[in-house]
Amino acid sequence: MIRFLVNRLLGMAVVLFLVCLFTYVIFFVLSPDPAVQICGKNCTPEAIDQLRANLGLDRPFWAQFWTFLTGLFAGRTYGTGANAIECAAPCLGYSFQTSQPVTDMILQRLPVSATVAIGAAVLWLLAGVSAGLLSAVKEGKFADRFITGLTLTGMSIPNYVLALSLQFLLVVTLGWLPFPQAVPFSEDPAQWFANFLMPWIVLSIGAAAVYTRLTRANVIETLQENYVRTARAKGLSPGLVWRRHALRPALTPIVTIFGMDFAGLLGGALITETVFGLNGVGKLAADSITKNDQPVIMGVTLLAAFLVVVGNMVVDLLYTAIDPRVRVGSAT
Amino acid sequence: MGDPASSSPPASGRRLVRAFLSDRVAIACSAYILIVILMALAAPLLVKLSGHGPLEFDQAAVDSNLGGLPLGWGGGISADHWFGVEPGNGRDIFARIVYGARVSMTIALLATALTSVLGVVFGLVAGYFGGRIDMVVSRVMEFLMAFPALIFMIAVLSALPAENRQALLVVVISFFGWPYLARIVRGQTMSLKQREFVESAKASGASSAQIIFKEILPNLSSTIIVMTTLAVPGYVGTEAGLSFLGVGVVPPTPSWGQMIASSVPWYAVDPAYFLFPGAFLFLLVLSFTVLGDRIKKIAESGEGRA
Repeated sequence: MIRFLVNRLLGMAVVLFLVCLFTYVIFFVLSPDPAVQICGKNCTPEAIDQLRANLGLDRPFWAQFWTFLTGLFAGRTYGTGANAIECAAPCLGYSFQTSQPVTDMILQRLPVSATVAIGAAVLWLLAGVSAGLLSAVKEGKFADRFITGLTLTGMSIPNYVLALSLQFLLVVTLGWLPFPQAVPFSEDPAQWFANFLMPWIVLSIGAAAVYTRLTRANVIETLQENYVRTARAKGLSPGLVWRRHALRPALTPIVTIFGMDFAGLLGGALITETVFGLNGVGKLAADSITKNDQPVIMGVTLLAAFLVVVGNMVVDLLYTAIDPRVRVGSAT
Repeated sequence: MGDPASSSPPASGRRLVRAFLSDRVAIACSAYILIVILMALAAPLLVKLSGHGPLEFDQAAVDSNLGGLPLGWGGGISADHWFGVEPGNGRDIFARIVYGARVSMTIALLATALTSVLGVVFGLVAGYFGGRIDMVVSRVMEFLMAFPALIFMIAVLSALPAENRQALLVVVISFFGWPYLARIVRGQTMSLKQREFVESAKASGASSAQIIFKEILPNLSSTIIVMTTLAVPGYVGTEAGLSFLGVGVVPPTPSWGQMIASSVPWYAVDPAYFLFPGAFLFLLVLSFTVLGDRIKKIAESGEGRA
């Protein structure tokens, strides 16, 4: 078990290191000189040189990358002497636009993204798994075909089209929901809920469709397994067969993709947050992309990669706990 | 042709075609996809018929007193503008949809072609040779699949210069897309290479390349067809999503995603502006998804019988 954990952690570190390197290369080699951008219109070559020195852009690539990496773990200092600015670990640098520390910017936005992700995840898990079970029980009947049709539709509708349609239908035409407005939970819980309801629905529809299909396929497949037949043959009641023998193996794969989906969503739902004007990590990413604010884009990319990698690992660990067939030694 | 030994694969192929032709839903989906492709191909012609180009402003069709809201019902639908006009500048939505189809189809189909080639080649090579090659390819695939692809695509596209965006989109989408096919091809190749016909080809002195492309590849064709059909809607959606976020196709070239993005500020007063591109996009993705699903079912039922 310990060896497995160490292996996984090492693999995780390698992937994260590569993500760092990859993003760093893209941003600091391919994109336009940030010093020129910060400096603005009334800029002299001297000022640019000064900025480049302050940002450490005048040093060779590997040195810059190394400073960035150490900054992540130990923090770093920008500039020298009286102008020095301390950036505590995990230091992701400063925004070119607002000069705020990127770490703070992300941490401020994380609660909104978490709220969006958790609500959507609850919705799609409930809807997806129950629809999938129903579909599997009624295999081939009307309910099954109806649900299958719905899932294909749900998988196909782009979330921004769904977002706009829902907003037009529920807010403008029917007036069931108020115009989205950011209100803290403590101030007005009802408005807060109404505000998040549409993002939750929009984000959960596509995933719910996928989970429905997966649940259905897994349950149907499991019910044909020999051990289920054996359980039936020895006279167990259908309910017991379901609970003890069919459900658990059928739902194990759901855990796998759930971990990845949820982690991916925590790192920001770019499109949905943008459409609904939610100030989450996703909107932060989208905004900094339009402003070409490299440190912020990079910070968000790293956060997203980190979450996905950690999510994968948690899933692997859970998997060994849930599914007795997976042996720890062979799961690397 | 007369060789009896070679008659079995074409027969099953014909059976698949017959099963496909008797499936009304599959036909309807193919028909819609065909319409969009034809629309994309004939865009200049269609625009000549409708009388407005995709970049042509028409201030007469919008009400400048109402902030440029289209005149008339349904976003300015009229005999002149079949799908209405864009609010603000009065560009013809029909023309932009038709030209947008070009962008969507070109990018989605090219990305599918590129991912298929990469996925099949890497999957075959990894699965057939195994060992160190397999390890390297598998690690790269794991890495790419663990990557936050959407954010990264956006980041890369925003950092790179804007010239020739369409080719760039294809490359970036394919770069992150091929592992999903490669993983499946790899698994199937690993099991196929244990089969007798591969053994016998090896015994009769066939080279690795011959075995891979003549013996193994034909057996993967149904998997590849299913996987690629199911991949197209994903790429249509990705392109539209990237254009929606402003890092895809650069204006004024129209793309469906970009049209929907520019309709966001107008959705409450001019719903037709997002409904037209939204419906076209949704139906295209739906058609490909359903088609892939149907082909998969037909292929699976064929395997069961064999």
